[in-house]
Amino acid sequence: MTSRANDRELRWVGRPVPRIDGEAKVRGCATYVHDMAWPGMLFARIKTSPHASARIVRVDTGEAEQVPGVRAVLVGADLPYKVGLYMIDKSILARDVVRYCGEAVAAVAAETELAAEEACERIRIEYEPLPAVLDPVAALAPDAPLVHPGLAEYGRMKGVFFPRPGTNVAHHQKIRKGDLLAGFRAADRTFEHAFSNPPVQHAFLETHTAIVQALPDGRVEIVSSAQSPYTVRQLFSVCFGIPLSRIHVRVPYVGGGFGGKAGIHLEPLVYCLSRKADGRPVKLTISREEAFHTMPSRQGLRSRIRTGVRNDGRITALEVEYLWDAGAYADYGVNVGRAAAYSGAGPYDIPNCHIDSLVVYTNKTFGTAYRGFGHLEVLWGIERNLDLIARELALDPYAIRIGNCLRAGSTTITGEEVTANPGRPDLCLEAAAKAVGWGEPRSGPAPGGTRRRGRGLALLHKAPAMPVFTSCSAILKFNEDASVDLLVSGVDYGQGTYTALAQIAAEELGLPVDRIHVVWECDTDFTPYDWQTVASRFAFMGGNAVIDAARDCLAQLRAVAAQVLHAPESELVCADGKVSVVHNPGSSLDYRRLVMGYTYPNGNSIGGPVIGRGRYIAQGLTHLDPETGQGRPALDWTYGAHAVELEVDTATGDIEILHLASAFDVGKTLNRQQVVTQIIGGVVQGIGSAVSEEFLFDAQGRFRNAGFVDYKIPTAKDIPRRMSQHIVETPQLDGPYGARGVAEHPMISIPGAIGNALADALGIDFFELPLNPERVYLAIKKAGRKKTTDEHR
Amino acid sequence: MEATRRTIRLVVNGKPRSIEVAAHETLLAALKERLYLTGAKEGCGVGECGACTVLLDGRAVNACLVLAVEADGRELGTIEGEARPDGSLSALQRAFIDHAALQCGFCTPGMVLSARALLRRNPRPSREEIVEAIAGNLCRCTGYEPVIDAIAAAAEEEAAEGSVVPPAASAGAGEGRGP
Repeated sequence: MTSRANDRELRWVGRPVPRIDGEAKVRGCATYVHDMAWPGMLFARIKTSPHASARIVRVDTGEAEQVPGVRAVLVGADLPYKVGLYMIDKSILARDVVRYCGEAVAAVAAETELAAEEACERIRIEYEPLPAVLDPVAALAPDAPLVHPGLAEYGRMKGVFFPRPGTNVAHHQKIRKGDLLAGFRAADRTFEHAFSNPPVQHAFLETHTAIVQALPDGRVEIVSSAQSPYTVRQLFSVCFGIPLSRIHVRVPYVGGGFGGKAGIHLEPLVYCLSRKADGRPVKLTISREEAFHTMPSRQGLRSRIRTGVRNDGRITALEVEYLWDAGAYADYGVNVGRAAAYSGAGPYDIPNCHIDSLVVYTNKTFGTAYRGFGHLEVLWGIERNLDLIARELALDPYAIRIGNCLRAGSTTITGEEVTANPGRPDLCLEAAAKAVGWGEPRSGPAPGGTRRRGRGLALLHKAPAMPVFTSCSAILKFNEDASVDLLVSGVDYGQGTYTALAQIAAEELGLPVDRIHVVWECDTDFTPYDWQTVASRFAFMGGNAVIDAARDCLAQLRAVAAQVLHAPESELVCADGKVSVVHNPGSSLDYRRLVMGYTYPNGNSIGGPVIGRGRYIAQGLTHLDPETGQGRPALDWTYGAHAVELEVDTATGDIEILHLASAFDVGKTLNRQQVVTQIIGGVVQGIGSAVSEEFLFDAQGRFRNAGFVDYKIPTAKDIPRRMSQHIVETPQLDGPYGARGVAEHPMISIPGAIGNALADALGIDFFELPLNPERVYLAIKKAGRKKTTDEHR
Repeated sequence: MEATRRTIRLVVNGKPRSIEVAAHETLLAALKERLYLTGAKEGCGVGECGACTVLLDGRAVNACLVLAVEADGRELGTIEGEARPDGSLSALQRAFIDHAALQCGFCTPGMVLSARALLRRNPRPSREEIVEAIAGNLCRCTGYEPVIDAIAAAAEEEAAEGSVVPPAASAGAGEGRGP
C-alpha cells in the first residue's frame, strides 16, 4: 500500500527509532510464559518413547498415580484426538504405536515438577519394537514399513496437499514448466549432482511452554509461548470441538520462534491434563533435551539436480527431485515441501523445469517450519550446482548467475510473470560481490602455511508460504491524551516488527512515535485477527493493516473537525497532533480535543472515541495446479545474495570467515538498524546450519546429540571476522511504504556461499552439510591420498 | 518426599533478605519462587546456555547450577539490580538498546550480567576479552556482533564516567570469592 505520506519527507518511517521493547528486556521485566505462575497451578512432565518404531503393548500407570502430589496421569489411549494444521496426522500422545524416538507417550501433572518427573519414571510401558525406516530413500522402497498405514483417512487441506496412501509419501508437489526434453536437447552439456542437508533444530532460548486451564463452564484459558494465537485457537477448536468463543489464547513476550512455535504444540495436551486434574491450571515447559528430540525441527533433504546448459552458461532445462526427510509427522512439513518446490529452481529464469518434491515420512523427529521454510535446504544444492557447472564451463560464478537470474520479462517456474518492480537479484549479487572484492586479485594467506583462502557467492529468494486467503487486521485506539494503543495479533518474538508498526502508525497519524503504544500481549479476546506470524509477512501485511487503520482514524478526526472548523474535510490536514485547515494553519484543533469527542463552549458534544480499524488480505494469490504447479503462490519475493571470503586450515579442517557480505532488496527500509541486525542474526544462524549443526541418530534411530554440548550452535566465538550489510531498495508497490519482508532471508544461501568459497579454497567439492572440521579435514586427507596415488601412477 | 529446608540470609541487589529454601533447590528456582525475581531465564537448566547468569559476590555464575543454600551469606546481583541507583538505565543497559543488542530478549538478562561481571574485573576489555566473557551465553537471535559492540561502547562510557557501578554489583566487589 503506498502512502500519501510519501509525498512529504518521512518523519518516522525509515528513521533510526530504537526498539520499543528494549527497556523491558534489559531491565528483565519483559514477562514470558516461562516466568508465569497461576494460583493453584500444577506442573507437568512428559514421558517419551525410547524406540523409533514400536507397538505399545501394555501400559501400567498404577505406581505413578500413587506418587504423592500427582493429580493427573494420561496416556495415548485416553486421548482420541488428532491435531494438525495442514495434515491432521498427529495424536496428542502416541496411541497404539510410537513413530519416533522422543515421541511423547504419557504425561503427568503434579503439585511439583519433581513429583511429576518421578511419576513419569514410574509409568511402565511395554513395547514391541517394529522395523523403523530412517531415511527418505529407504522409505520410498516398495516394501518399506509404512509410518502411517492410515494415511488415506487423515484430514488435510484438500486441493493443496496430495498424499499417496499405501506409501510413505505425505505430499507430492509437482512443478511442470515448458518442455523438459526439448530443453535438454537444446543444451550443450548436461550435469547431474546430488546434495543433502541434515535435520537441525531452531534452538530458540525459550523452550516451548504453555499454561492451560479447563474451566468448569467449558471455557479454556491458554497462555502460550506461541507464534500465532489465532491459529492455536482455531486448531484447538477443531481438535476438541469447542467453539472459538469459549477458547481464550494469550501470548506474552516469546523467547524466539523461527517457525518452531508456529501452528499448535503443547496446548491440547496441557488442556487434557487440566481437565483430568479437576480444572486446576497446568504448566508444561519442555526441557532442552525434549526441545531437541520431542519437539519438531527442520526436516532433512536429499536433492538430485539435473541441469541442461549451453556453453555460454544459459540454463535450458532443470530437472529436480527433492526428498524431504519429514520424520514421523508431516503436519507442517508438507507445506515446506510445497513452498520449497515452487521456489525450487532458485531466483533464475528457467525455461523448462520439472520439480518433484516429495515429503516422505520416516521414524525420526518430525519437521516443521524453520526460518527460510525449505529454502536454505534447496538453495544449498541449487547454488553449489551452479558453481560446479561454472567451473566445468570455465565461467565466472558471478557471470553464470547474472546470465540466468530473474529479471523483468522472465517468468518464474510457476508461470508468474516478473514485472519491473518486484526486486533485483542482480543488484544484490553485485553489491555483495563487490564488498568482498570479487574479481580482484587476492591477498594472503602467507604462502607455505596450512591456510588456504577462497571466495564464494550465492543468490537467494523467498516469498511468504501461506494460504491464498491469508489475512490480518489492526486496531488503533486513541486514549484521552491522544496517545494511541496499537493492537495486532501477529507476535513480535524478536523480529522487531512492533517497532516498525509503531513507526508506520506515527507517520500516518502525524504523532511522535513515543505516543504509539503497541500492546505487547496478543489476546484472542482483545487483539484483532491475524492468521499466523510466519513467512516474513508480518511487516508487509501488518504494516498495510496499520496504514488502513490509521486512515480510518484520520477520517473520523477530520469528520468532526470539519464541523468545528467550518471547513470541508478535503481541506483538512492531520499533522503534529493537530487537524488544521490547509490554507489557514491558524485554524486548527489539537487531537486531544477530538479523540473522545468534541465539546462546544455551550456544552453540546459531537463525535466520540476514535477507534481505527484496518485490514489486509493477501492479493491475487491462486491455488497451484495439482499436475503442473502453475499459478501465483507469492505475495512478494525478497531477493538477496551473500558473498564470502574465508580461510580454511588444511591441518585441522577449521573454517574462518574473513568477510561475509550480504545484500537484500528490501523495497524500502522501514528501520535501518532493525534490517541490519536482522541480517546479522540470520547470517550467524545460517553459519550454524552451514558448519556445525546436524542431528545425529544411531542405527536404531535414537537421537544422539540432544543438548547444547553435543549440538553446537554458534557462540560469540564463531562469528565472522567481518560482516557487512548492503541494502537495495526497489519499491514493492503494494508493500507498506514499498517495503517487503526480510526476516528469514538472511539465513538462506549461507551454506551455498560458504561451500562455494570452500571449493574455491581447496579445489574440493562438498555435497553434504554441515561443513564441520571433521568433514572438511577428512575430505582434504582423501584428496591428498588421491593426489599421491595419481602421482605414483 | 519431605524435603529438608533451611533458612538462608543473603544480600539481594543491595538489600538483605532471609528466605527458606529446600536443600535441593537451585538458586534459579529460589530466585523465581522465593524472591519473585523472574529476570533470570532458564534456557536449559544444565549450565549450557547462560540465560540464568547472575552475579554471586560479583562473579557471573549459572543460577541453575548453584544450590540456593550455597548463596547463604553472599551477595547476589540480578538484572533487577542493574539499573542506576536513581532507577535510570545503566550505561550497559542503554548500550544494549542503542545497539539493538537484543531481539527476543530471553538471553538478554544473562548477557548483560556476564558483561557486568567482565566490566567489574576489567573496565577496559579488548574485543577478544568481551567475546571470551560472553562465550558461555548463547543467543540465537542477534548474531552476537551487536552485543559485542554494545559492551565495548558501555565499557568506554563507564570508564570515561569514572566507573559507575550499580550498588548491587558493587557490594562484595573485589573479594575474589568464586561460587
